[in-house]
Amino acid sequence: MGKTFKTIDEAVIRFAGDSGDGMQLTGGRFTDTTAIVGNDLSTLPDFPAEIRAPAGSLAGVSAFQIKFSSKDIHTPGDKPDVLVAMNPAALKVHQKELIPGGTMIVNKDAFTTKNLKFAGYETNPIEDGSLDDYFTLIPIEMNKMVTAACEGLEMSPKLVGRTKNLFALGVLFYMYDRPLESTEAWLKKKFKGKDAIIDANTRALNAGYNYGDTTELFMTRFKVEKANLASGNYRNMNGNFATSLGLLAAAEKSGLNLFYGGYPITPASDILQTLASWKHFGVSTFQAEDEIASISSVIGAAFTGSLAVTATSGPGIALKAEAIGLGIITELPMVIINVQRGGPSTGLPTKTEQSDLNQALFGRNGESPMPIIAAATPGDCFFAAYEACRIALKYMTPVMLLSDGYLANGSEPWKIPNVDELEDIPVNFAKKKNGEDEYLPYLRDDETLSRPWAIPGTPGLEHRVGGIEKAENTGHVSYDPENHHKMTLIREEKVNRIRQDIPALNVFGESHGDLLILSWGGTYGSCRSASETLQEEGKSVSHIHLRWVNPLPQDLGELIVGYKNVLIPEINMGQLLRLIRAEYLVDAKGLNQVRGRPISTSSIIEKVNEMLG
Amino acid sequence: MNEIQTPPLTKKDFESDQAVRWCPGCGDYAILAQTQKKMPSFGRKREEFVFVAGIGCSSRFPYYMNTYGFHTIHGRAPAVATGVKIANPDLSVWVVTGDGDGLSIGGNHFMHCLRRNMDLNILMFNNRIYGLTKGQYSPTSELGKKTKASPFGSIDYPLNPPSLALGAQATFVARTIDRWQKHLAEMMERSYAHDGASFTEIYQNCNIFNDGAFEEYTGADKFNNVIELKHNEPMVFAKGTKGIKLEGSTAVIVDLEKSSIDEVLIHDETNLDMAHIIANWTTHPILPEPIGVIYCIQKPTYNEEMVNQIDAAKKMRGSGKVQDLLNAGDTWVVD
Ligand code: SF4
Repeated sequence: MGKTFKTIDEAVIRFAGDSGDGMQLTGGRFTDTTAIVGNDLSTLPDFPAEIRAPAGSLAGVSAFQIKFSSKDIHTPGDKPDVLVAMNPAALKVHQKELIPGGTMIVNKDAFTTKNLKFAGYETNPIEDGSLDDYFTLIPIEMNKMVTAACEGLEMSPKLVGRTKNLFALGVLFYMYDRPLESTEAWLKKKFKGKDAIIDANTRALNAGYNYGDTTELFMTRFKVEKANLASGNYRNMNGNFATSLGLLAAAEKSGLNLFYGGYPITPASDILQTLASWKHFGVSTFQAEDEIASISSVIGAAFTGSLAVTATSGPGIALKAEAIGLGIITELPMVIINVQRGGPSTGLPTKTEQSDLNQALFGRNGESPMPIIAAATPGDCFFAAYEACRIALKYMTPVMLLSDGYLANGSEPWKIPNVDELEDIPVNFAKKKNGEDEYLPYLRDDETLSRPWAIPGTPGLEHRVGGIEKAENTGHVSYDPENHHKMTLIREEKVNRIRQDIPALNVFGESHGDLLILSWGGTYGSCRSASETLQEEGKSVSHIHLRWVNPLPQDLGELIVGYKNVLIPEINMGQLLRLIRAEYLVDAKGLNQVRGRPISTSSIIEKVNEMLG
Repeated sequence: MNEIQTPPLTKKDFESDQAVRWCPGCGDYAILAQTQKKMPSFGRKREEFVFVAGIGCSSRFPYYMNTYGFHTIHGRAPAVATGVKIANPDLSVWVVTGDGDGLSIGGNHFMHCLRRNMDLNILMFNNRIYGLTKGQYSPTSELGKKTKASPFGSIDYPLNPPSLALGAQATFVARTIDRWQKHLAEMMERSYAHDGASFTEIYQNCNIFNDGAFEEYTGADKFNNVIELKHNEPMVFAKGTKGIKLEGSTAVIVDLEKSSIDEVLIHDETNLDMAHIIANWTTHPILPEPIGVIYCIQKPTYNEEMVNQIDAAKKMRGSGKVQDLLNAGDTWVVD
């Protein structure tokens, strides 16, 4: 038939459809297969807040984007090359994001008068020619195709219709030359015991693939070669699962029981659910009656010697704020995770944002410093969670770990770490009196300023802690002004001492130059991609990414003054920006977008070019 | 081999070195003294006791007990204690709270820890006032109460703590009074003996902001105004001269000088219907104030069930190794 293969470096595809169309599942299958063929990849699921928005409505559109490449990549891509739209609403929401000249694969059968009207189309866009000039439009009668494929199966037309996402997946597998086997095996496992469903979905998948093969709509197929990743054993990893694994690894390495107190909230609930399934690791998960009870239970468990953790999102952190202060003054180790979402108030529960940095830094009464670590990529959530636990235990302090909706649900190939090679987490519970025939719960370690940890059940070390200011060393209630001033300074200094544990910053590019892109958290990928492109263009641009936002690394101050310009892209209105300007008195500039999505690489490049003039 | 005999603990062993700072004459002193006195009798090591409190006058309690203790934040003691108990179910965990701390700001945690049957001993000092903040009406203050925050009289209807506890599925509900020292000690013993959430309401006089709130039950006429509930015994009061019987589902007083004791209700602390009826006598205009164990049943505790689930999972799947979990799922090798 004269079909040709074109080798490309990378591709971005987006599946979009109704919430009930199985777009997340389709994206997940494409991702796993792409991981197995050895590409580097990055994904961006994007789903509505409503569980069941009316079928066919704009509010009910669910999407999944994946970028895959033969190179090392850092983002799920800005604009897709291929858009799969399962209904008019999906097309309406996403068509403007497709690159000019991109391919649009649509389910023609869903473009009924009713659906078109629901999506706000006056005429049918796949027939009125409005798209033809800009895109390669491929309408396919998917419902008809799967009906034909499933002929002879004892199955309702409704159930047969549900397999059309597998058909679309088959088409994409054909286009990008991906094997079907892993999806077939997955279907067998997922629908074990439901042979008809396995059969129907497998047929739909193959029908899609064969459709690509037999029709002349796809004359060019694309090849994306294996990426040159560091050698090792890999799996695909998303952020919330990585966070859960990181906590568990820290529990094993420290020899402590993991206690998790949580309250369901989007996008953090996966962590509660995942940990709840790991009972055989001795994990205790407590689903509390509210956010306040969850952090309170964590404080109780920390007092009693567990590795105590809670995860929530911004609104939950707001509710926990008073109790976090109690964790700070009682100097107990615990990890508080904020999987950030759009705010304020309920905001955009299923969309990503980085707007809780100020809350993490300042969102409590009194002088209440807390270390803040932020994960950079989905897979990095594992290491960030592990490090958060290690520091909490070493310095006897609550630590806040910032993740976000994009990291939580996004995924990437992940080199499986060796637990033996992770840094040790030694824990020494106090066993003996440390004063003259008395136990001093606030006598500090010289190096870390941490206080000893004597847990209930330890004979002779009975003591009381609480939220009222503590006298130095004894921990007794103290209203003495000098003591309060001193304890405030100590708590501050203790957090600053964590700098001892922060490795030297890794500068991507020259350590001085025209412009520095400074980032924290989930914008790592976009910033790194932008820096790569700009450096390839010969621009004097470097990139520094912060893992710890409090304390700020020791060497940041010296480095930052080595650049003529500093740009801080953030998915907020400039929260790190303000901190950096205040801390280092540099005229840093922000790139601030709060659209519920990662900042695009192209907008960073554009901004840098504008700044460099 | 001779075991070293540790001398039995005494009240002194449970007294901390901190100066007690309640107002002179406060009912809290009597409760503290009884608690310190009672603890050694449980025959348990001192380091196994944990006292957790919220905020309020009563919540200073942990500072005065020479055990492990946690003075937390307003209303959250049951939640902090829950974490303590789950982290180490072998501990004897006590929650000390008040009517404002436990029923107002902490009402949610109170209700849910009872529902879960967390094995905690909750002592609620009810003085029907906010003491620490200097005298505002509380959720148990009577309607019309004049305080600085309600100069024209409170328009809030009060809560009935035992009714609330029963509604929240509590497995142990009791009431006692600060001045009834022997009874107080007995209730503490019953609370300690109960596996599961034990709720003991203690009427406590705040002599500064609500003096005499319980005068009826502690003064000269107390035996006429209080009925002491005893399991499997007839409900009599006023030194045996009066009893209580049911007419339909309504409780009425029987004059035992005229009627037979056989008419009188027998208290059954395992009967939930009866418990609800008894709880309703709280601040009743005619009926005596019930004290004693209103309700007590056994059912599995949350903390036990959690341990059971973890043990069962380990048995079924073997103790997990993190490296195995990391290596699981679809993996591939890059050389
Ligand atoms: S204010 Fe009332 S409850 Fe508080 S310590 Fe004084 S007397 Fe006791």
